[in-house]
Amino acid sequence: MAKQVRQLDRVVIRFAGDSGDGMQLTGDRFTAESAQLGNDLSTLPNFPAEIRAPAGTLPGVSSFQLHFADYDILTPGDAPNVLVAMNPAALKANLPDVPRAAEIIVNTDEFTKRNLAKVGYDVNPLEDGTLDAYAVHEVPLTSLTVKALEAFDISKKDAERSKNMFALGLLSWMYNRSVEGTETFLRKKFADRPELVEANVTALKAGWNYGETTEDFAVRYEVKPAKLPAGTYRNITGNTALAYGLIAASVRAGLPLFLGAYPITPASDVLHELSKHKKFGVLTFQAEDEIAAVAAALGASYGGALGVTSTSGPGVALKGETIGLAVMQELPLVICDIQRAGPSTGMPTKTEQADLNMALYGRHGESPAAVIAASSPSDCFYAALEAVRIAVTYRVPVLLLSDGYLANGSEPWRLPKVAELPEITVDFATAHNHENPDGSTEFWPYLRDPETLARPWAIPGTPGLEHRIGGIEKADGTGNISYDPANHDTMVRLRQAKVDAIARDIPDLVADDPSGEARVLVLGWGSTYGPIGAAVRRIRDNGHPIAQAHLRHLNPLPANTEALLRSYDKVVVPEMNLGQLAQLLRAKFLIDVIGYDKVRGLPFTAGELESALEEIVKNV
Amino acid sequence: MSEPVSPNGRRALDLVPKAEGKQTMKQFKSDQEVRWCPGCGDYAILAAFQSFLPTLGIKQENTVVVSGIGCSSRFPYYMNTYGMHSIHGRAPAIASGLATTRPDLSVWMITGDGDALSIGGNHLIHALRRNVNIKILLFNNRIYGLTKGQYSPTSELGKVTKSTPAGSADAPFNPVSLALGAEASFVARTLDSDRKHLTSVLSAAAEHNGSAFIEIYQNCPIFNDDAFEVLKNPETRDEAVVRVEHGQPITFGPDGVHCVVRRGFGLAVAKTAEVDPADIVVHDAHEPDPSYAFALSRLPGEDLLHTPMGVLRDVPRPSYDEIVRGQLDAARTGRSLDDELDSLLYSGDTWAIV
Repeated sequence: MAKQVRQLDRVVIRFAGDSGDGMQLTGDRFTAESAQLGNDLSTLPNFPAEIRAPAGTLPGVSSFQLHFADYDILTPGDAPNVLVAMNPAALKANLPDVPRAAEIIVNTDEFTKRNLAKVGYDVNPLEDGTLDAYAVHEVPLTSLTVKALEAFDISKKDAERSKNMFALGLLSWMYNRSVEGTETFLRKKFADRPELVEANVTALKAGWNYGETTEDFAVRYEVKPAKLPAGTYRNITGNTALAYGLIAASVRAGLPLFLGAYPITPASDVLHELSKHKKFGVLTFQAEDEIAAVAAALGASYGGALGVTSTSGPGVALKGETIGLAVMQELPLVICDIQRAGPSTGMPTKTEQADLNMALYGRHGESPAAVIAASSPSDCFYAALEAVRIAVTYRVPVLLLSDGYLANGSEPWRLPKVAELPEITVDFATAHNHENPDGSTEFWPYLRDPETLARPWAIPGTPGLEHRIGGIEKADGTGNISYDPANHDTMVRLRQAKVDAIARDIPDLVADDPSGEARVLVLGWGSTYGPIGAAVRRIRDNGHPIAQAHLRHLNPLPANTEALLRSYDKVVVPEMNLGQLAQLLRAKFLIDVIGYDKVRGLPFTAGELESALEEIVKNV
Repeated sequence: MSEPVSPNGRRALDLVPKAEGKQTMKQFKSDQEVRWCPGCGDYAILAAFQSFLPTLGIKQENTVVVSGIGCSSRFPYYMNTYGMHSIHGRAPAIASGLATTRPDLSVWMITGDGDALSIGGNHLIHALRRNVNIKILLFNNRIYGLTKGQYSPTSELGKVTKSTPAGSADAPFNPVSLALGAEASFVARTLDSDRKHLTSVLSAAAEHNGSAFIEIYQNCPIFNDDAFEVLKNPETRDEAVVRVEHGQPITFGPDGVHCVVRRGFGLAVAKTAEVDPADIVVHDAHEPDPSYAFALSRLPGEDLLHTPMGVLRDVPRPSYDEIVRGQLDAARTGRSLDDELDSLLYSGDTWAIV
């Protein structure tokens, strides 16, 4: 029977199952297949902090959402068009997000009395009309898989575990994507267990063939490749992009990269990734704690390496004193904060952008540091380069903010040419810089470059420049210990002026306002770029002008920030916190910005921002 | 003394550039006024260190002194080398980052009993465990000096101080035992007032590949004066100090009347005349099992009688920096890093859009 093929411009699929069901892998593979096909895409993994919560329970549900389209998209999608539910828990946890008429594929084998009871279903939702409003495909995924693998000499457990590949095969058939890449992937992944390679590949193909032959699936869908700018692309997550950005910065600056890190969700993948790239001279130091991680990075910077530490909010809280030391010693240091929901342990695997205040102010004394934020997974690459550029040029600590959504989410990235990456120039001091009245010369470690206000970076091993630095206040110029009141005031202002001066060296904030008629500006920072952009497109499609601007630099802010904000009647700032940027803008510029705050551990949906922003646009 | 070299034959200073010509103590003194209290033991240690450094024959600019917080940690300011006065307890971590990335430096760390054993205890044990190529000088005065007289983690139980008017209730660390527990590859103890011994221990430490831990008993004349009097007073010191030298039988006291013998699971002090000479322990700093040095470190009681002085342990073990640098060297391909970067970015599943 010839199956009907329907053209779609975009689809949102959510794979959901138990933590042990391999949903992240399934999602990753479907993503890779879609990327190979040339769709634009965006992903949102969502998993529990527990490694293996009790099987079949609601806390154990892990999901992976993928949005793919034939045009450029900005978010992983608000609501799934297709939900794959591997068990009752996955159905129960995800059903509230699924709009009516959407397709739901359920693994009926798991809808046993016991599994239903575990999640509080008194009656089987497949039988009581709960799913009447949806297009439900009931597929006994587990038993079909086990049956397909009968011929293999593997345990029943191993056979059952291949059910995610069966599901992937079925979905690949439904959306017309090749499974060749996954086959290659499986051959590599299970290279030392050939029987599992064949079993998984067989399950994958069985899933595909099931779609092809069974009458339950009458329609296949096609999402054509997106028309994206020409170039070579790869799919990339924020953490990988950030690690690559740090490597690129190290190569561009000619400085060996030293990463001090202590494992923490969701930042650990930065450590894992960097530890693979020793050929670049990247030295990864898994420290005994967060404090040692940043302290070792600072020690490396002192010696002339590119000192970086990667962590999440709780780690930054511990590193505060050492970041203060770097402010005082005026040494380059990059602190990557992959934000997660807080305070305290909070929700380690859930996203948030509530560390802005800590990045800006989380140290004692007047302790200015530069703060920048990445806006998308691939943008983490460029944000890392910029963080390093600022750190080594101005000899300041730079806090680089990413978050769980960017860290684990992915998108296609048009790869840059190495020669096109920004130059990062490093000048180590090599000579005396001060002449005494008697004509003799000396090295003054705190004599500043008049342009950048940076002090010389004189590394140990440089003859004639021996000097001491520390956390005690320095005399302006000589760097000797000083308790002089006027000198302290001078130095506090100099350190602030140095960070403020970075504003001369960063691009102006630009508003995207195609009609030129917008009276409302929506201003974001960090990972809200995608949802805000998607909402703004919809509002414009609805016929309402609205302008969008996005901050990469949060300290200092671009020089034209105030002027740009003042040129609109209203400024709206959506944030995944209780209004931290909004408060800063109000305090700094006395502009009555409107906050839109949600702190749910999940990114904004384009839909909710569309409603909230359109309401404001209509009422100006 | 420092016979053992790293298993690959490396000594700590092999990669540190040598000085041309003779160096003097004077060139290692900075122009900063020394501001410790009159009579402080730190002066003697500083003088010994400044006169010892020229004997290493390495370039002045390749010596770095890193410290934490406390009286002792002002030390770097008085040295005309590269130096960093950092924050409380974190010097081992800072020095680890520096020494790991710069094997061409001789990195010295100055710390105190509060800095190293209280707020920085974690960093200390991990630096020793990793065997990072840093030389740690712990000035132990058994009191908090800079904060004006609270008890420290090495103060004796029951110590009456400003913060413990009824006597401290926590048992003290024995820093040498602690370092041995962390399996430090070089552990020694010396005394601020014994310049010759102090210098000999510094020399052995300088050449040791990996972490060297030296506890220096140091007198605080203001808040804990004469804490080590029993080890210094000519009338008591011979009975109190157990000098250990590699390869020598451990005897002490006037004319060596006392000796150290094996007893039970550990060591004990006996009268030399009453034991078979063959039972007297011959000090072996190179003994691979740290239990021996640990047993030695447990000889003294609360009264400091029978305190071992000298290099208790000096064994070869690969240093952290040579292991990780070996991994980096092994990974290098000889291609330009620009080319490698290009390959990295374009690796994995890529696709072209034309």
